[in-house]
Amino acid sequence: MIISIASGKGGTGKTTIAINLALSLPKETVQLIDCDVEEPNSHIFLKPTFHRVTSVGMRVPRIDESKCTYCGKCAQVCEYHAIAVILKNVLVFDELCHGCGACSYLCPEKAIFEVEREIGIIQEGSANGISFINGILNIGEPMASPIIRKAKEGIQKNKITILDAPPGTACPVIETVKGSDFCLLVTEPTPFGLNDLELAVGMLEKLGIQMGIVINKADIGDRGIWDYCKSKNIPILMEIPMDRKIAESYSKGIPIVVENPSYIQRFCDLFEKVEKLHESNRRRPRIE
Amino acid sequence: MMEQNEIKQLAIVSGKGGTGKTTIAAAFASLAKNKVMVDCDVDAADLHLLLQPKVLTQEKYFGGRSPRVDLEKCTQCGLCTEVCRFNAIDNGVLDPISCEGCGFCFHICPESAIVMEEAFSGDWFFSETSYGPFVHARLGIGEENSGKLVTVVRKKAVEIAKEKNLALILIDGPPGIGCPVTASLTGVNLILAVTEPTLSGIHDLERILKLSEHFKIPSMVCINKFDINLENSQKIISYCEKNGSKLVGRIPYEPKVVEALVNRKTVMDYPCNEVQGIVNQMWKEVENTLFPSPLDGERLG
Repeated sequence: MIISIASGKGGTGKTTIAINLALSLPKETVQLIDCDVEEPNSHIFLKPTFHRVTSVGMRVPRIDESKCTYCGKCAQVCEYHAIAVILKNVLVFDELCHGCGACSYLCPEKAIFEVEREIGIIQEGSANGISFINGILNIGEPMASPIIRKAKEGIQKNKITILDAPPGTACPVIETVKGSDFCLLVTEPTPFGLNDLELAVGMLEKLGIQMGIVINKADIGDRGIWDYCKSKNIPILMEIPMDRKIAESYSKGIPIVVENPSYIQRFCDLFEKVEKLHESNRRRPRIE
Repeated sequence: MMEQNEIKQLAIVSGKGGTGKTTIAAAFASLAKNKVMVDCDVDAADLHLLLQPKVLTQEKYFGGRSPRVDLEKCTQCGLCTEVCRFNAIDNGVLDPISCEGCGFCFHICPESAIVMEEAFSGDWFFSETSYGPFVHARLGIGEENSGKLVTVVRKKAVEIAKEKNLALILIDGPPGIGCPVTASLTGVNLILAVTEPTLSGIHDLERILKLSEHFKIPSMVCINKFDINLENSQKIISYCEKNGSKLVGRIPYEPKVVEALVNRKTVMDYPCNEVQGIVNQMWKEVENTLFPSPLDGERLG
């Protein structure tokens, strides 16, 4: 089963939910993948040991000047403006390239070949028996999705896979949550939290992914989230109060379930609710 | 005739989400004069909730092109499936979520059964607020190319600044270090990184400051909720000293900040004196760095 943890708004507690859920379940059954490759944080709490590091590359074009006739076909087909032909110069802008390979395939002179350019890394390892994968985007690289795709290749089908998503609702989030059996949206009861929750719900509806809500710092702010969830009929599966102790232990990289073991049962309950909802959703007859 | 002065751009970023970028941006909106504001967090925009804009113009954003297949013409030869590196097309049946709009299938189809069409990917707005002009956007649900939309709204902000002879563009940036962030940072004069004294906050601050170094943009740092962990705050201060980023503010944890937000007010327009004093001081430092000469200062009013 694949459960992704997303939020819309940043800093609501995605990583907190992801790691504490992972730590509360029988460890040999759990896998955690940090898909927030721009700013991965799960490792800070899990302190994993890694046994393998792989480079994630993207294929980018290079020009064989001895064959190039400067016809401009490559620049014409590139939708991303990653190649420009100016007089007798071909300029390649690696950061704009999506690695689609159209230019090299379509070059009439076969003057374009591809080289692998590293844009990030994948670390694989474990933390106290929990299988863990960390994706990291190299600084200065704009494109996160290829790293997320690569990290998700490590999903083990027989495990409960928890995906820690990046904030927002754009392509890196979609790359993370697509294919999930269930998505937990973590929010906080403020106008910002609600606004971004609505965007995230819209995204999951479009993708057809089943969802439930976790409200963090549930006793601050206003009641807008509860009204919204009620009107949309989205289940609220867990509420965590604002607690300076939790905030302080978070700041030191200590998981809630370590600081306060009574939370283990609460996270197990959360998982049970997710499992039940997922099961009843699967059994529901569908119109094909 | 006097030459037009250079327009200065300040980007408020953080790496980690939820550290208080928008809270600071809104407070600065209330303090700075003679500026235009831009919300570059286009896929989870929040600044409009505090600035309460009145939309003057709304425009459609076309983020790129996407293929459309004429299945009548498709002979299911499978060439599109073979060349697509994003696994987005299966014998003419497109998966729009996986498609990156590269157009390889369109170029390769022997039956010319595929056309590329402009993809509507969101809206952007030019608005007026009680704090001044404001450019913001809403990326379509699940759309790509947020970086390109950031470039669109920033271009509009520059136009407005030139037209109205404004001194400053105030950018509320997105979290992370990827494509929308790099699009938010190109060509800015100063970065203000908002962080929090948590190990995650420190980790992410280091990455965003490395990115600012990569782009050779000077940076300043503000610690939000600094009293949550004084030891970590000290670590950030030492890191900033070593790194050449000036620390310009330490904001304590204050429930009134959330109250202001719930009331849709900037912290400068809601009774929370302690925070206001610190933000005021911070803005002065930022202002002096952006506009070092007294003449520049006058332009800000």
